[in-house]
Amino acid sequence: MKTKLRNYHAAHWDEPIIYELSRDAERAILVPEVDEEINKTVGDGILYIPESMRRRKKPQLPALSQPQVLRHFLHLAQENLGADLNIDIGQGTCTMKYNPKIHEQLVNSDKIAEMHPYQDESTSQGLLEIMYKTEQLFKEISGLDRFSLHPGGGAHGIYTISSIIWAYHKSRGEEDKRNEIITTAFSHPADAAAPRVKGYKIRIIYPDENGYPDIEALKEAVSEHTSALFITNPEDTGIFNSKIAKFTKIVHDVGGFCAYDQANANGLLGITRAKEANFDLIFYNLHKTFSSPHGCGGPGAGIVGVTEKLAKFLPVPVVDYNKKNDNYFLDYNRPDSIGKVKDFYGVIPVILRAYAWIMSLGAEGLREVSNVAILNNNYAMKKILELRGASMAFPEHKCRIEQVRYSWQKLTEETGITTEDIQRRVFDFGTHYWTSHEPWLIPEPFTIEPSESYSKDDIDEFVAILGQIVKEAYESPEKVKNAPHKSSVHRISYDVLDAPSKWAITWRAYRKKYKGYFQHK
Amino acid sequence: MNSKKIVYPYIPNSEPKVQEEMLKEIGASNIRELYSDIPEKLLLHKKMNLPKSFLSEYELKRHIEGILSKNSTCKENISFLGAGCWQHYVPAVVDEVIHRAEFLTAYAGESYEDHGRFQADFEYTSMMGDLLEMGVVNIPTYDWSQAASTSLRMSCRITNRNEVIVSKAINPDRLLVIKNYCNPDVDVVILDFNSKTGLAEINDLEKKISNKTAGVYIENPSYLGSIESNGAKLSEIIHKAGALFLVGVDPSSLGVLTPPINYGADIVCGDLQPLGIHMNYGGGVAGFIATRDEKEFVGEYPSRLYGIAPTENGEWGFGDVMWERTSFANRESSKEFVGTTSALWGIAAGVYLAVMGPEGMQELGKGIIQRSIYAQKEIGKIKGVKVPVFQSANYNEFVVNFNDTGKTVKEINKSLLKKSIFGGKDLSKDFPQFGQKALYCITEVHTKEDIDRLVSALKEVL
Repeated sequence: MKTKLRNYHAAHWDEPIIYELSRDAERAILVPEVDEEINKTVGDGILYIPESMRRRKKPQLPALSQPQVLRHFLHLAQENLGADLNIDIGQGTCTMKYNPKIHEQLVNSDKIAEMHPYQDESTSQGLLEIMYKTEQLFKEISGLDRFSLHPGGGAHGIYTISSIIWAYHKSRGEEDKRNEIITTAFSHPADAAAPRVKGYKIRIIYPDENGYPDIEALKEAVSEHTSALFITNPEDTGIFNSKIAKFTKIVHDVGGFCAYDQANANGLLGITRAKEANFDLIFYNLHKTFSSPHGCGGPGAGIVGVTEKLAKFLPVPVVDYNKKNDNYFLDYNRPDSIGKVKDFYGVIPVILRAYAWIMSLGAEGLREVSNVAILNNNYAMKKILELRGASMAFPEHKCRIEQVRYSWQKLTEETGITTEDIQRRVFDFGTHYWTSHEPWLIPEPFTIEPSESYSKDDIDEFVAILGQIVKEAYESPEKVKNAPHKSSVHRISYDVLDAPSKWAITWRAYRKKYKGYFQHK
Repeated sequence: MNSKKIVYPYIPNSEPKVQEEMLKEIGASNIRELYSDIPEKLLLHKKMNLPKSFLSEYELKRHIEGILSKNSTCKENISFLGAGCWQHYVPAVVDEVIHRAEFLTAYAGESYEDHGRFQADFEYTSMMGDLLEMGVVNIPTYDWSQAASTSLRMSCRITNRNEVIVSKAINPDRLLVIKNYCNPDVDVVILDFNSKTGLAEINDLEKKISNKTAGVYIENPSYLGSIESNGAKLSEIIHKAGALFLVGVDPSSLGVLTPPINYGADIVCGDLQPLGIHMNYGGGVAGFIATRDEKEFVGEYPSRLYGIAPTENGEWGFGDVMWERTSFANRESSKEFVGTTSALWGIAAGVYLAVMGPEGMQELGKGIIQRSIYAQKEIGKIKGVKVPVFQSANYNEFVVNFNDTGKTVKEINKSLLKKSIFGGKDLSKDFPQFGQKALYCITEVHTKEDIDRLVSALKEVL
C-alpha cells in the first residue's frame, strides 16, 4: 500500500465549560424516592443531622437535562484522541497497544462490577480464582516466587518495592545503615522519586559512551549503605543492558537487593526473565505490557513480584488456595507483612483484563508479541533514521529492543524547529507524539514505541507524518512553529499556570479571579 | 495443534510474509539478530510453562465467564456492606461516557490532541470543588487511603513538623496504609474515640496534640458511622497548636452534610467510588485531595493539577499547574511521586455530579438518612439486638450490637447468606472491645422491602 497522508482535522466543538450550560432546576436524573411509610415514620432526614453539620446551601453544581449532559461529554470525548482511534506509537515508554473489546464485556459484567470486597469468600470464589491464577501466570512469566496484585500503578509498585526492602533491612536492624537506592539516569522517574518517601537517598548512574549504564560507576556507588538497585531494562533508550547479570552480582555482593522496573517489558516476554538475571523484586504495569486500557491515566496496576526470601513482607492479604477444601481465600495472617499499600485487593478490572490477555495468547503468543514488538521497533528505527535531521541516542549502538529514544538535534540546529514544535505539528495528523522523561539527557528528544499492535502500513504512515514535518521544517518552518492548525484548540498560553494569582484549578477559582474571558478582577 | 503458524488477531505483523518483508528492509535475517544485546545465558531456553491458550474469542469468553459464574453478586443478593466501598446506583450516562474508547483507551497526550480529557478532568475538579467549597482538587490518586496518607505528608511539609494524629475510628486497613506511608520519618499517634458517642475524644486530643503535631486526621462520618458534631471545637484545638485539620469524607454525604471547610478543615480527602463508580470488588476506588487555593498548599501536592488557560482564539485551554512539583519534572526532588493513578474514575465522578446536580445530591443524602434511620429503628426492635450503639447521628452506616443474642456476627452472617442477604461487616476482629458488633450500610439502592426482608431474616436466624 502506498502511504497517503490524511487530511485530518480534530473535532472542534468549542465546547463551553459545563457550568456555562447550566439552567436552574434542570434535572439529568431523578433519585429513587423514599417509601411513603418511611417518610411517615422517620420524617425529614435532615433534622437528624446535628445543626452544626447541616449543609445550608445546596452545592453549586451545574443543573442540566440528561441529553445535555450526555452531548457535552460526548463532545469532550470526540476532542480526545484515544488509542483505539490512532496509530499510537508516538507515546514511547507507554506501550500503547490494542485493548481487546472482549475484555470490556467481561469487566463490565455484574459478576465483577457488583461485587463488594467484604462479601463472604464463598460468594467471591470466581474473582479469587482469577486473582490466584493471575499470580501463577506472572510467576512463570517472571520466574519469581510470589506476587502482590495490589499496587495501583507503576510508581505505586516502586513504592511498594521500597517498602518491602525497607522492611527486610529493618528486620535485620539495618534500616538506618542501608539508606541508599541506586538507579540509572534512563530508568523511570519514579525509580528515583518513590523510594524517597521511605527516606532513601538516591544515587544516579549515568550511561557510558555505548549507552549502557556505567558499570564502573556502579562499582563505585555500591557500599554497605546500598539498600537496593532500581533499574529499568531495557532503558527508555531501548538499549538492553547486556551486563545486567554483572550489575545484580555487584549489588548482591554488598548485601543489596536488585529491583527490576519492568515497565519496558514488551520486548522480553518469553525471551528473558527477571529470575535468570538474578533480580529479587520486580513490578509489571498491567496497563502497558498486559493490555489494560490506560483510561486517560489510570486506573492501572503495577503488580509486584518477589523471591521467596521477601515473600513474607508482601502487603496483606494475598490470595491462596486450599487444596483440601478446593477453595480460594484471602490470607491476612502474615505477621511480617509491610501492612497495606492499597484499599482492598488491587484494581480488579485491570487484573482481569491482564489474565484474559495472557490466556488468549499463551506462551507462544506472548513470545510472538515480543518478537513483533522488536521487529516493529527495528523497522521503524530504520525508517526514522532515514529522515533528514533525525538521529538516535548513542547512534553507534544499533541494537534496540522495543523502543528508541531519538533526537532532532541536527534538525533543530539547521532549521530552528524543536521537538516541541514537531510535537504540536504531529497532532495535526491525528496521532500522538511524546518527547522524553525529564531531565532531557538527549537533546531535542522523542521516543517511539511501535508495539505489536501496529502493522507495517501503520508504521509507514507514522513515519510519513514525521517525513512531511521534516520537509516543512526545512522548507516552510513557520507552518511547524505555529502548529497546531487542526487541533481541538489553538495555541494555549501556559503562563497563567505557574502564578498563584493567575492559576485556576477549579471553575470556582476561575470565577473568583477573573471576569469574562481571562480578564483579571 | 497443526504446524501452521498462528496468525494472532491482535498482532497485525504476526503473518510470516510481512515479517520477512520487514526483516529484509531492516537488513537482518531473523528476529534473534535484533536483540543480540541479550546474552545467550540470559535467554529463556524453553517455552514458558503457561496453560493452554484460548485462541478464539469465544473460547476465552466462555472460559472466563465460567470462572466468574462462581461469584454471587450484590445484585443477586441484598447487601448491607459498606466500610469503605458502597453500593450506589450508577447512572447509565456515567457508564456510557467512561466506556467511550476515546476516554477509555487514551493515556498521556498533551492538551491539544487530548483536549477532551483535560476539560473533563477540569470539570471534575471544579464540581468536586463546589461540593467541597474548596478551590483546589487533584487529579485522583489510587484511593482514599493514599489520599489520606498524602494529606498527612502534605501537612508535615507545610508545618515542617513530623508527627501526625490519626483517629482510631477509621478502617483499620486504612491505618495500615497510613502507617506504612508515614514510616520511617513521620510518627503516627492514635486518637481515641468516645465509647459513648463514637466521636473524636476531645480530652485525648488535648492530651496528645503538641507543637510537634503537623496534622490531625479524622473522618466524618467516621468509619463507625457517626457524624462528628464537634468540628469547630476540634478545629480550634488543632489550629491553636499550629497544626492542620485533615478530614476524610464520603462525598455522597455532602448534599446534606456541610463541607469540612466550614468547620475549619485545611485538607479534605476521601474516595470517589460512591460517585458513579461500580464497586468492582474494591477495584473501583479513587482518592481525592482538596485544599484552599493557597500557594503553600498547592505547592505540596504530588498529584497532577489541571488549570484553565486562554488560547489565541479565545477557546478554553488547559494545562498542568506547577508542573515542577511533580516527579515527572523533578525525579530527585519532587513532592512524593506521581504516575498512572485513576484518572478515568475522576471523569466518572465528574459525569456523576453533572447528572445529579444540586437537587440530586441533596435528595440522595436525605433519602439515605431516612432509610438508614428506618432500618435502625426496625432492627432495634429485634429482641437482643441493640441499635444505635453510639449516641450520635448517622449517615449511611451504623453499628449493630449483637452481644445479647448469644450468637457471633460470623454465625449470623452465615445464616443470612443462606437467605441471600449479605449482613454488615463483622467488627469483632478489628475492634475486639466491641464483642459481637457489625457495621451495616444503607444507601438509596435499598427499598423498604429490602430493609424489611433483612429485619425478618434477622428475627428468623437469631
